[in-house]
Amino acid sequence: MIVLAVEVEKQLGVLALGVQFQIASGVTALFGPSGAGKTSLVNMIAGLLKPDRGAIVLDDTILFDAAKAINVPPHRRRIGYVFQEGRLFPHLSVRQNLDYGRRVSGRPRDPSEFDRIAALLGIANLLQRRPRMLSGGERQRVAIGRALLMQPRLLLLDEPLASLDAGHKGEILPYLTRLRDEAAIPMVYVSHIADELRQIATAVVRLEEGRVAAVGGLDLLAGTR
Amino acid sequence: MFELSSAEWTAVELSLRIAVVATAWALPFGIAIGWLLARGKFWGKTVLDGLVHLPLVLPPVVTGYLLLIWFGRRGPVGAFLYDHFGVVFAFRWTGAALASGVMGFPLLVRPIRLALEAIDRRLEDAAATLGANPALVFFTVTLPLALPGIVAGLLLCFARALGEFGATITFVSNIPGETQTISAAIYTFLQIPEGDAAAGRLVVVAILLSLAALIAAEWLGRRASARFHGE
Repeated sequence: MIVLAVEVEKQLGVLALGVQFQIASGVTALFGPSGAGKTSLVNMIAGLLKPDRGAIVLDDTILFDAAKAINVPPHRRRIGYVFQEGRLFPHLSVRQNLDYGRRVSGRPRDPSEFDRIAALLGIANLLQRRPRMLSGGERQRVAIGRALLMQPRLLLLDEPLASLDAGHKGEILPYLTRLRDEAAIPMVYVSHIADELRQIATAVVRLEEGRVAAVGGLDLLAGTR
Repeated sequence: MFELSSAEWTAVELSLRIAVVATAWALPFGIAIGWLLARGKFWGKTVLDGLVHLPLVLPPVVTGYLLLIWFGRRGPVGAFLYDHFGVVFAFRWTGAALASGVMGFPLLVRPIRLALEAIDRRLEDAAATLGANPALVFFTVTLPLALPGIVAGLLLCFARALGEFGATITFVSNIPGETQTISAAIYTFLQIPEGDAAAGRLVVVAILLSLAALIAAEWLGRRASARFHGE
């Protein structure tokens, strides 16, 4: 079943981004070299960047349609976004960061869900800390938890391991695979590292210079690193 | 030996009231203008920036005179405010507060603008993806992150308002119990024989108040920045 259908065009400096693809549930890798337009594409899905032309449809909801002049703002899209650099709020504790999405959308507290996610990501012992006091790996786990706790319809992960050293990468990946297997949230996982994607992805969209070069399974990663 | 007369107390109390009211009224405007200057892209931004900074470079007497023309009972703004809200500035302590607020305004806006410019906009994007509408993003992310700048601006504006002299005396004169602040009282005491002792006492009070404002600024600034840099 198709979860997300994307067909967009945007001029990004010298790069003419023009892609069309669909994703199903599971973890779809957006794979390709730096500068292929991966992050811009994910920003368009999240609503942070407006395409010049095209449409983006999530489940039955039109998020963007240039022809119909529809552009749902990011705060109404309910799409979780884990950024490369985490982007935790420095003035809030870990607990307040995790609670942010629930608070701004006025949903009631759900302690069991909170505890479940905190346990799943191994961050239950960090709740009182400030983001400054966290290691890079801890920070990314909190960022993942924060995005999950807003109960997203889709989770975007933009190179979530890129800012981590090799040891900490190994620390995050098991949490992500558990997430894939336990939570029924479709994910788009952006990376240019094939080894990382082999562990987590269930489908692959390969981008090159702003175009979809191939769509398929993990075999698309073969012969690359 | 160090005892203030009731007239001197009145000047001290009046100065504090004027400075507090001036700063409190200036704050929302200061945040709005600071935000416009930091984030806005509009024609005339340079002009707005210049207007905001004008009281800093104009002779205070000129600022006071302009206030008198505009905000006096017959002035275009003053007449409007009197007719519609019953507000009078001319020769009232409210006028002194207006003059002090205008003089302190550039000192309030500048740190707020710089703090807003320094904020990582990507944090605001993150808040939006988490479901916060633009108003919530502003109040839960932008404003708290700009807090050190806001505190710094508030205290600078307060200190400036506390010591304002030229614009105030031009606009609302020097009326004991109504518009005679510490600065104006010192000036008055220096004009009369045997006024030295009273002037001296008020000078001490002025120094103490200014020191207290500086120490408070330092302490609040540290506390605000400690919140972002861990315990």
